[in-house]
Amino acid sequence: MALAFDEMNIPGGDLRPAYQELARWLKETPPEALEYRRQEAELLFRRIGITFAVYGDSESTERLIPFDVIPRIMSGKEWALLEKGLKQRVRALNMFLRDIYHGRDILRAEIVPDDLIFQNPVFRPEMNGQQVPHDVYVHIAGIDIVRVDAEDFIVLEDNARTPSGVSYMLENREIMMRLFPDLFARHRVAPVERYPDELLSALRSVAPQSASGEPTVALLTPGVYNSAYYEHSFLADKLGIELVEGRDLIVKNNEVFMRTTEGVKRVDVIYRRVDDDYLDPLTFRPDSALGVPGLMSAYAAGNITLANAVGTGIADDKAIYSYMPDIVKFYLGEEPILKNVPTWRCREPKDLAYVLDHLNELVVKEVHGSGGYGMLIGPAATKATIEAFREKLKREPEGFIAQPTLALSTCPTCTASGLAPRHVDLRPFVLTGSKSTTIVPGGLTRVALKEGSLVVNSSQGGGTKDTWILDE
Amino acid sequence: MLSRTAENLYWLARYVERAEYLARTIDATLRVTALPAAYIGKTNEWDSALLTAGVAASFYQQYEEANEHNVVDYLSFSADNPSSIRNCIEAARLNSRSVRTALTSEMWDTINSAWIELQEVWSRGTSTREDLAKFLRFVQETSLRFDGSAYRTMLRNDAYWFSRMGLHLERADNTARILDVKYHVLLPEEEHVGGPLDFYQWTSILRSVSALTAYHWVYRETLKPWLIADLLILNDSLPRSLASCYGNLVRNLDQIGVAYGRQGPAQRHARGIRNRLEHSNMNDIFQHGVHEFIQEFIADNARLGEIITKQYLI
Repeated sequence: MALAFDEMNIPGGDLRPAYQELARWLKETPPEALEYRRQEAELLFRRIGITFAVYGDSESTERLIPFDVIPRIMSGKEWALLEKGLKQRVRALNMFLRDIYHGRDILRAEIVPDDLIFQNPVFRPEMNGQQVPHDVYVHIAGIDIVRVDAEDFIVLEDNARTPSGVSYMLENREIMMRLFPDLFARHRVAPVERYPDELLSALRSVAPQSASGEPTVALLTPGVYNSAYYEHSFLADKLGIELVEGRDLIVKNNEVFMRTTEGVKRVDVIYRRVDDDYLDPLTFRPDSALGVPGLMSAYAAGNITLANAVGTGIADDKAIYSYMPDIVKFYLGEEPILKNVPTWRCREPKDLAYVLDHLNELVVKEVHGSGGYGMLIGPAATKATIEAFREKLKREPEGFIAQPTLALSTCPTCTASGLAPRHVDLRPFVLTGSKSTTIVPGGLTRVALKEGSLVVNSSQGGGTKDTWILDE
Repeated sequence: MLSRTAENLYWLARYVERAEYLARTIDATLRVTALPAAYIGKTNEWDSALLTAGVAASFYQQYEEANEHNVVDYLSFSADNPSSIRNCIEAARLNSRSVRTALTSEMWDTINSAWIELQEVWSRGTSTREDLAKFLRFVQETSLRFDGSAYRTMLRNDAYWFSRMGLHLERADNTARILDVKYHVLLPEEEHVGGPLDFYQWTSILRSVSALTAYHWVYRETLKPWLIADLLILNDSLPRSLASCYGNLVRNLDQIGVAYGRQGPAQRHARGIRNRLEHSNMNDIFQHGVHEFIQEFIADNARLGEIITKQYLI
């Protein structure tokens, strides 16, 4: 594996410009002071209750995501490029979804194979021919970005269903500003606090035609036991909208209402953080207690907007991922600004053969997996794990893709033995409304806290950092 | 507001109030039982504590005997007792989490910190009297802090009124339960001769509703059972009296009625109870039978809870 790209230090001893002030500050700040603020940060997180749940962990149902106080810094120029690439990518995702559920030009042009769509469990035939306001399917996208050198941004994964993590972006900034006012004073950091406002106006802009002039927006959560519940309540609070559960909503005459102490009140837009499968027991999983019976018929009648739309999973599926560069070119006629990780599609015999021969150097992912579960990291795996995976692959090759092990870029991070480089990724949040696509400068930086580890997922021991975009 | 949110706020306040009441009950019982046996007679005070907490039946399914160790554990920490202090705080936090958007950050902080502290106390245990005393104080302080933050930081809208309603309904229930268990020591002088025995019982009753000092200020008298009953039932100036709780309940329900432009059965029922309390005097109540009066009140109060639930919370 090549040496990872260090975002702070240039080989030979110089510093990258964006990090110069931070380096000076670190030199002036004694390690005890840093440690003290780190503890203070943890206390704040715990008191505010910014926790998440780890599924399958009965020991503690609520955990803190470790927070690293050293910010990750990017120059304004770097951000401008990334922002352009993200907007391009999300535009393509929306056009792809519109096409898949209507004319299907891209299938006729044989850019994407039919069976990848029609045999995919996240394809929703209910959405065929369904109009969604302003043709926006993915109102909120979280695009996972990694770097391996100073030039390129690479998309690791598109999240077009119910991406989470934005509350950490906002709270990390809040806490950093409280703990390190001096460090902020020495930088010009682009603010992120407009996110809730932009989200609310994006959501309102896609209200159905039958909505009143002041559309009512609500956030639908699976409830307090969901791992991202804190985020749901945080966002509802910041947006000033009701945080509803399925049982708070009823459908009458194809309109959606919430039960209030003054009777029922119509809802026009639902920012839903419930997966497709659980939205409506009459259409999807009949055993879902989280959903709202009849919601899909109100949706079909055009009386409610769901954000994100139903069926967006078909755009962020790992099997579709490898076609994204072609998808961008097909709809926009432009070269993709953001790169893809080279991907072997195990469903193709030639690729499968290569993957089976190189398991010890590749990362193999389940097409439908997420959160870092069910993946093989070849270089770090034992022989037995590799062999077990080989059997799985042979049995169901279409369920997997493989990628080279990327040397993710590193940032300085607090560790038990002082500052040390740790691997990071970045999830910016892209909002699309009726008129525009906006991105708050920054995003959620996730960091693999274990030395050498490449897995940044919070469920697997990852932490977070505040992400600074310098306003030069 | 969402019905579920109102329901959560209402129950949140009830759980916090109940936790405080349990802490006071344990505290008062510890004081009485610390006295030499000659002062307290043959009654088992720990059994009374279970009765006033309304959990005697479930307790005896698990234990043979009501003693300090068993009862303190059952009322404070037991996971099997749905209204143990621990479960009240757990439930309060769960409710807070699901209505965070309706709470002020001060209220959330109180409940969340209490819950974190509780985890620590729970894992440390309260092996000494001192630990236990500290724990009971902590529970009472949590309730005071919660109440104070609500009073000082919440917007005066339906969220606040539903939360207050939960508090007053629970408080009325708690005071009535003490009276229900202890009514026999509160009978008028001619029917009952007070000895040193009863003096400590009376003190204990007043202490469990934090009214010992208040009694002296109101009546400027030595402890007299019918005055204690008067204070707890009819005296509007004592925050834990039935009359005061109902004054507040009627006010909160009226505020909601005005805000929503609509009155309903909850308003009517609460006003009915309040009027009965207003037009009673202790003589009538003793004539009628204290026990009967209290039992009717407990049933009426529970009925109001059901009506509020039906009218607003589901």
